[in-house]
Amino acid sequence: MAIADQPSNPAAPTPPPEAVRVRDLKIDLVSSGDDIVEAIAIDVRAGEVLGLVGESGSGKTTVGMALMGYCRPGGRVTGGEILIDGRPLAAMTAGELRRLRGGTVSYIPQDPGTALNPALRIGTQLSEMLEAHKSQTSAADQKARIREALDEVALPNDDAFLRRYSHQLSGGQQQRVAIAMAFACRPHVIVCDEPTTGLDVTTQARVLETVRDLCRTHNVAAVYVSHDLAVVAELADSVAVMYAGRIVERGPRDAIFATPRHPYTRKLLRAVPDMEGKRAVVGIAGHAPLPGNRPNGCFFAPRCDLAIDRCLEAFPLPTEFENGHLVHCYRADEAPAELPTTGAEQAAAQAGEVVLSVEGVNGHYGSTHVLHDVTLEVRRNECVAVVGESGSGKTTLARCISGLHSHYTGDIKLGGDRLPESARRRTTQSRKQIQYVFQNPYASLNPRRTVGQTIARQLQLFGASRRDTDKRVSQCLERVSLSSAAANRYPDQLSGGERQRVAIARALAAEPALLVCDEVTSALDVSVQAAIVELLRDLRAETGLSMLFITHNLALIRTIADRVIVMTNGTIVEAGATVDVFESPSAEYTTKLLANTPTVEAALSR
Amino acid sequence: MTRFLIRRILLGLLTLLLVSIVVFAATQALPGNAARAILGRDATPARLAALTQQLHLNRSVFSQYFHWLGGIVTGSLGTSAATEQPVSSLIGGRIANSAFLVFVSAIIAIPLSISLGVWMAVRRDKPADHILSTSSLALAALPDFVIGIGLALLFATNVSHILPAVSLIPPGEHAWNVPKEVILPAATLIIAVTPYISRIMRASMVEVLESDYVTMARLKGLPNRTVIWRHAVPNAIVPAIQVSALQLAYMAGGVVLVEFVFSFPGVGAQLVDSVGNRDIPVVQALAIIIAAVYVVVNLLADLLTILVTPRLRTAGR
Amino acid sequence: MSTPAITADEVAVAGPAIRQRQWMVLIRATMHQWRARIGLGIFLLMVAIALFGPLIAPHSPDAFVGAPNSPAGNGTLFGTDSLGRDVWSRFLHGGLSVLGMSLGATVIGVGLGLVVGLTAAYIGGITDEVLMRISDVFMAFPQIVLALLLVTAFGPSVPLIILIVGISTAPRVARVIRGAALQVVERDFVKAAEAVGEKRTRILFGELLPNVTSPLLVEVGLRLTYSIGLIAALNFIGDGIQPPAADWGVMINENRLAVSVQPWGVVLPILAIALLTIGTNLLTDGFARAAIGIDRGE
Repeated sequence: MAIADQPSNPAAPTPPPEAVRVRDLKIDLVSSGDDIVEAIAIDVRAGEVLGLVGESGSGKTTVGMALMGYCRPGGRVTGGEILIDGRPLAAMTAGELRRLRGGTVSYIPQDPGTALNPALRIGTQLSEMLEAHKSQTSAADQKARIREALDEVALPNDDAFLRRYSHQLSGGQQQRVAIAMAFACRPHVIVCDEPTTGLDVTTQARVLETVRDLCRTHNVAAVYVSHDLAVVAELADSVAVMYAGRIVERGPRDAIFATPRHPYTRKLLRAVPDMEGKRAVVGIAGHAPLPGNRPNGCFFAPRCDLAIDRCLEAFPLPTEFENGHLVHCYRADEAPAELPTTGAEQAAAQAGEVVLSVEGVNGHYGSTHVLHDVTLEVRRNECVAVVGESGSGKTTLARCISGLHSHYTGDIKLGGDRLPESARRRTTQSRKQIQYVFQNPYASLNPRRTVGQTIARQLQLFGASRRDTDKRVSQCLERVSLSSAAANRYPDQLSGGERQRVAIARALAAEPALLVCDEVTSALDVSVQAAIVELLRDLRAETGLSMLFITHNLALIRTIADRVIVMTNGTIVEAGATVDVFESPSAEYTTKLLANTPTVEAALSR
Repeated sequence: MTRFLIRRILLGLLTLLLVSIVVFAATQALPGNAARAILGRDATPARLAALTQQLHLNRSVFSQYFHWLGGIVTGSLGTSAATEQPVSSLIGGRIANSAFLVFVSAIIAIPLSISLGVWMAVRRDKPADHILSTSSLALAALPDFVIGIGLALLFATNVSHILPAVSLIPPGEHAWNVPKEVILPAATLIIAVTPYISRIMRASMVEVLESDYVTMARLKGLPNRTVIWRHAVPNAIVPAIQVSALQLAYMAGGVVLVEFVFSFPGVGAQLVDSVGNRDIPVVQALAIIIAAVYVVVNLLADLLTILVTPRLRTAGR
Repeated sequence: MSTPAITADEVAVAGPAIRQRQWMVLIRATMHQWRARIGLGIFLLMVAIALFGPLIAPHSPDAFVGAPNSPAGNGTLFGTDSLGRDVWSRFLHGGLSVLGMSLGATVIGVGLGLVVGLTAAYIGGITDEVLMRISDVFMAFPQIVLALLLVTAFGPSVPLIILIVGISTAPRVARVIRGAALQVVERDFVKAAEAVGEKRTRILFGELLPNVTSPLLVEVGLRLTYSIGLIAALNFIGDGIQPPAADWGVMINENRLAVSVQPWGVVLPILAIALLTIGTNLLTDGFARAAIGIDRGE
């Protein structure tokens, strides 16, 4: 035990081959006894990074936390074993577990903004970690170790910095502090829980580099939990793909990304947007079953094109391929042959007359100048993407256009007529013409109204007769591929993707000329995102709708936008046809953005 | 932060000014003669005229208000209509008694309820938590005079005779010299406010214990003690400070009934008496004083909140 | 627990989803808790005593049936009060005034507070500032002090007391409702309604109100609890309903000097007020817990 208590002790005997070994792990909900995750098996060697990939609800974070002997309230480990450096967690006392956490296995949180204590100085939060694990004996040694740890993550390490609070740091700095903290006691294993989710691509790239370097330098085994396949492709040596609480496929990174054998992995990869524009994104219909609602056989069978009767009987045992590539699928042999890769459909860019023009718009938030002289136009049957990192002013621009942010100067014209600033002062006709779809479908629908009521109200507002409202509601839902039964549901009875479809249906009910889509997929899983993108593309093809597509996700727009506008700090730095911007960017900022955006393809070619 | 404080103090002063208008409007400026209200229906014209003169009721409403406000600001609170003593000498000793009663109650109730709150949150959903939170829920419902009379029934009359049912404090004597007389009124106030503060502290603590930074602290392998007292409590205490301030201010009102029940010679019992006598100058003075206590206590709570919240403390630097 | 799939390619799953209105859901969830059920039981018992007590009272509340402060017996269940009236009969008659007055005050206070709170949250800006400043002024007085202040000017009368207690309740309700509504105002569906040009009143009562029903119901319970206490207190100190009316508050004051010889005249009304407030508070806490549970999707 003394060995694990002092992980930095150089006299420790050579660690066993696997730093992390998990077999048959099962974690249940305390309340119902339903499995959250089951039959989990993973191995991670020292110096190796395992990418644990899955969509929301797949149980990936639950598994990550279990490696620290921790279950979130409501969960309980009910089977299997977890060995860290060969020592089973189940046999540890409470005190040993405490010393394990942070000492042997440490954790990098998803959102350092909420994971750092707002009431404590950065220095205190770092030093208490060392104190708790008695890594350094003297105060001077402790201080020296803190300075070294901050140095390793490229943060200033003077006293002034240590006296700061987390709210005085930027998002990237907060995450670096969390990383410094995680490496402070020289752990053997590190669990990264989507540590770059809230960060801009530029910051993300630097944080990923830091994590990778530190793991290499200190020979740490890392488990990198993420929904982002591109990030995992960049970082991981091996990958485990989770679906509905089970690992469906695991193996070396190249095997998983280049020759995926599980139908879910294959579909998931096809849902990831392609920056090179060679293939279109394809969504996965339906959604993953929740704990307590999972079928008998393979959990993916209901959504799988290859499912056979056998798939409905029992969950498949792993089939092993070369290099320890394990696949839980009865048809793993045939899967790669089954799905041909389709090429990208080039959007029919038959742009017509100008629908919307923005001329010299300067926007303000209070006394802050957030939009500088923005000029752009959107033509009929055209999709224009506005791309930018957080704080670029892209959402403010979208809100100015739809009359939700009236604090601006300059002209916004619809079909040549200048619009009043505030939506309230605009005519019904112009409000009808511009429809806004919000980022978060969980907030943009009134939870106390049924889907039918929400859409019916929209129809009423824009002059539909009351008589055939029900029929019209059904038609609207049909256009977004929802069944008319959805009309009786409340938003909380729908999944995120379904809600976003409702929000789109509501916008379409007004029969607008321009759809302003503000980060409409950023709250959704990648497979659902792909389905929404498909939907928007189809709608455009059918109706000739114009679209202003606001996003931070550069890869996403390659396949849907005709033209791209790149914004930073409230200024347009580049505008042009999508292909040109991607192939030969003119602005330095765009080049940097493109270089920092991780993609599966780029990672594999490296 | 300095700007925020100045703004806060100015707002407090504005509130007090508006309070004075409400007090004045409610008692003196409304239709119907205040002098008649004081003296009752069978007052002689001579008495009416004298009182009208004394209260300056024959002047314009504005002139009355500013004269009255000027008096309050300079500390001359007028003359009691019932006893014809200066109001300040009538209520001076009583303010001291009430302040002592509130101080004693607060100094016990606030730490007690904060510890109870933390204790309940840490033992969330265990039997001890269930028993404590259910009983605090029941106690929180009870009006303070019900608690006071209940305590008097238990400790001062039929059940046992340990403590005095009536706080007999001779005129001129201070409450702190006769502690036995203060026990029951103070216990009443403590029982009345402790459930509120501890419930708020529990709720706030439960929320903080579920936060990411507390999970993080546990995943850092910190001892439980450190997680609770260093990571959780400092973040959970702000709502408790705010509600403590409200309860302290509430005590200033709560003393009205508690003092009446125990005939404790403080401002509360005085207020009830003066309302009974329609002694408008005294009622005005007491209402203003109690409102001022509320404004000042809330100001202090905001200040304390800023001091314990780094995000607010460091703002504007 | 599960989210039914209703995308067109999975039509088979979808049946008509029947769900009640929000407040029905809330009441159902409340009644699942034992504390709330006990609270409701106590509350209904006290309401029944207040409503039907006068019908079963053996004597008139004003009739002299024996010597003052005589003990139980002689045709009286709990003896006589300080004037020789039947304690039990006066007790049975004494609940209606407390309950009726506090219900009236609660309706006024919560109604007024709701309108002010919603308006302040939605309109914001200077309107919000002014409304909140005014409520600050009223909240600077403890409710009892405000009530006493107005009683000094107008003298005690039942409609006045109801109005005063209602008005002093309103700013407190307004604060809570404003706080709850502010979170709703931030949500995008309100912006969506603005973007399509919905009228202000419709946003106020169509979009905001249905989303604050939970805090509203909690406020009704909480304010009823406090109003009962306050009105009983005013009656008790002689500034509310006046003797010889049979009222729990009045009874306590009438009998408290003789409490060592005849405790029932004090004990019965004190117990009644205690139970009534405990009952409403348990019920209110049930609402609050149910509301949290519903918001978490439990």
